[in-house]
Parts: sequence; structure tokens; C-alpha cells
Amino acid sequence: MAWEPRIIVIACQWCTYQGADLAGSLRYSYPPTIHIIRVPCSGRVEPEFIAEALRRGADGVFIGGCHFGDCHYKEGNYKAIRRFKLFKRLATDLGVEPDRIQLEWISGSEGKRFSEAMTEFDAKIRELGPNPLKGGAQ
Amino acid sequence: MSKPKLAFYLAGGCGGCDMSIVDLSEALVDVATVLDIVFWAPTVADAKYKDLEAMPSGSIDVGLFSGNVRNSEHEHIAKVLRDKCKVLIAFGICAACGGIKGLVNLHTTEQLLDTAYINTFSTDNPDKVLPQVSYVDNGKYDLTLPALMDARKLDDVVPVDFYVGGCPPHHTHVAKAVNAILTGQLPPAGSWITMGKAVCEVCDKNPVLQGKPKKLANTVKRIYEGNPDPNTCLLEQGYLCLGPVTQGDCGSKCPSVDIPCRGCGGPIPGVKDYGLRAVSAIASMLENEELVDKIPDPVHLFYRYTLPSSFLGKKLKR
Repeated sequence: MAWEPRIIVIACQWCTYQGADLAGSLRYSYPPTIHIIRVPCSGRVEPEFIAEALRRGADGVFIGGCHFGDCHYKEGNYKAIRRFKLFKRLATDLGVEPDRIQLEWISGSEGKRFSEAMTEFDAKIRELGPNPLKGGAQ
Repeated sequence: MSKPKLAFYLAGGCGGCDMSIVDLSEALVDVATVLDIVFWAPTVADAKYKDLEAMPSGSIDVGLFSGNVRNSEHEHIAKVLRDKCKVLIAFGICAACGGIKGLVNLHTTEQLLDTAYINTFSTDNPDKVLPQVSYVDNGKYDLTLPALMDARKLDDVVPVDFYVGGCPPHHTHVAKAVNAILTGQLPPAGSWITMGKAVCEVCDKNPVLQGKPKKLANTVKRIYEGNPDPNTCLLEQGYLCLGPVTQGDCGSKCPSVDIPCRGCGGPIPGVKDYGLRAVSAIASMLENEELVDKIPDPVHLFYRYTLPSSFLGKKLKR
């Protein structure tokens, strides 16, 4: 069987997850390679979550959070971007392809943006090919 | 009742952990009278591998293994010790998490040998002679050397009962650990022997312990930049101290003299990947995300003692 990417999307329940919901209601399509995990806030996303996903063979990890100023917990997304940037530097230095991980702000009203972001990310991961850590999705 | 038997082995380490036991000083004399040290190689006792190999399985009560597993000899003795010892302890951060020498996993063995034996400025080696695993000298003497491999922590090779952090473990912590072993007051198998508190929780500079709020760092400084204020948290001043995620069995010795914690104590309980949790803790203490780019060399900072226990264990595409 041809390789299909397996992409983990870690979505904040107040914005990106709602955005995914809206994309569905509005009948916007996005690739079926996306697997969404709902979290209370992008500030909940430990670098260990991203690392574990990559180590277990996820081909890409996408984190969706609220725009600045919109965080339900006021500063979760500010913490998220600091952690994400530092993790990305560390992972890149260790030889992980930086394009496999992405952080983006998608609000609950941006259903269209959600579908676009997923399509773009899926295309990017297809270009990169399977995760060398586990030979891609099984 | 006969005295409990103790074995100590130094693998890919520096001897610092041996020193931390010798640092028990007078207490060591007391320890030596209640313990029977049957093997302590290669530093203290004159014991040979064949003596250790000849001992019956399970005949040693406690084995302390210091240093990481870096070559075939270490791997062999780790397996022998596991067989001979009822309780095997990864003693010190190298055995527990790979240690500072675990940073070899950022390079291939060939790159390391090239640097050590060929490319260094002071090396005179025109024939590019490198160490060989086996060599026949004079046509009749078979000489061998252990084969180098990526650094591994001890539990990558054999099951480990307990872990002790520190580079080396502070002698007061060693005394507590030895006491716990002698009195049988050990935590459940597979755990660290630790009080379970972070360095920050025993640090005099911690503003939270003084009832004050913790401020975010608005700058990132190397340790040689300026003189830290002795009464203010190092992190608040922008010195990247790893105290929040490191076990504080040392009693916060480094921060007490204005040196940021480097994380030798090992991860606080519940943390699987020390470096990543440190990334999480440090990043969220910075005032803005531009400061993240000012942190020089995150791998060596956050994985200084724990690279072989990280999510990758080594660098990819070296």
C-alpha cells in the first residue's frame, strides 16, 4: 500500500477545535490524514507530547491555539509559542526536520482557515516523506 | 548474620562517583565495618574481572554501577553485575541518564576518533594510526581493546533497581542512600533514591519561599556576563538555571554560590525526558518569545547530562 502521512493535530478546545468543528459544519474539506487531539489550551502542550508523537512515528505534528489576546486562560498561548520555538530549535539541532512541526493560531470562527492550514500542512508532509524515526504510518 | 556484600564498578565515568563515596570520610569507616566490599574496580580495590565472574549468581547484596555504557567491556560487566547482584543501583547521573559523556551521541565514533587522534592541533600522527579492536603484536601476541559504541544509560542494557542522581552525588546524599540500603528503607523498585524535591524548593534565592511573586526573566545572560545579585533568583536575572526540573538532593549547592543549576541531579519525579521538561520550564519563564533565540546551543544546555535518555537518545544524521 502506498504511504499515507499520519499527522497529529493538537488543538485547543476553545479555538482550533471549534474551528475544526466549524469547518465540518460549513462542509469545507481537509485531508483524512489528520488526527485531532483536543487539549484544554495550547499552553497544555508539553514539548514531550510533540516528541512522543514524532518518536512513535507521526509524520507531522501541528499545534493549534488561540490568537494573542484571545486565550481563555489569558497567557496559555504565549507560553505555548515560547515552548514551541525553543523545542523546535532543540529538535532541529538533534536532526529532526523542522518542517514536521508547526504552530499556528486558528480561532473558532476560522473554519475555512482550518481547512486550508490542514491542506497545506498535509502537502508539506507529503513532500517531506515518511518520518525517518518509524518509517511513516503503519 | 554476615555483613552485606557491596560491589562498585566504574564504567564510562570519570571516577567522581568513587570520590563521592570516599568523601563520606569518617562515615565511610563506619560503613566499611558493616559492609563487605567484595569488588571495587578499577579504582579502589585490587579486584579482577575473573574474580567477579567466578562469584555465584545473586551472591552480592548491592551493586553500584557508575558511568555510562560506552563500550563492549562496560556492557559485559554490566551484565555480569546484574547477574551477581541482588540489587543493582545506577549510581550517579551517567549510569542513570547517560551523563555529560553521553554528549558523544551528537557525533559518530569516526568523527570522535578523527578529532582525538588526527585533527587536533597538538596531535602528531602522520600515519593516521587509530585504536584497533584487535591487534597482533610481534606476530604472536593477540592484543584487544573494547569496541566503542554510542553511550547508553545502564537501564538500556540491564534492568536497574534504583537510580541515584548527581555528578557526582553529594556525599550527604550518598550517606542517606547508603543508610537507606543498610536499613532496607528503600522506595519501590525502579525509582530514584531522592527526597523528591526540586533544587528550587531548597534554594535560598527562591522568591516564592520568601512569600514574594516570581518574576519573568527579561533577558538571557551567560554566566560570565556581569555579576549576579546574590539575593535574587538566578532565573529572574536571566541566568538559565535548571533548578525547577532538577532533583534537589544536592541542597542547591551551585545556586547558593551564584552558579546556575546545570541539572546533574537528574529529573524530578514524573519526568521522562529531562531536557524537554527543562525546555518547557525555562521557555515559560521568559518574558517574550524573542528571548528564546538568545539561548545559545539548547542541546548542550538542556541535555548536558541526559542526552542518551532523551526522546531520540542521539543526534540523527550525524
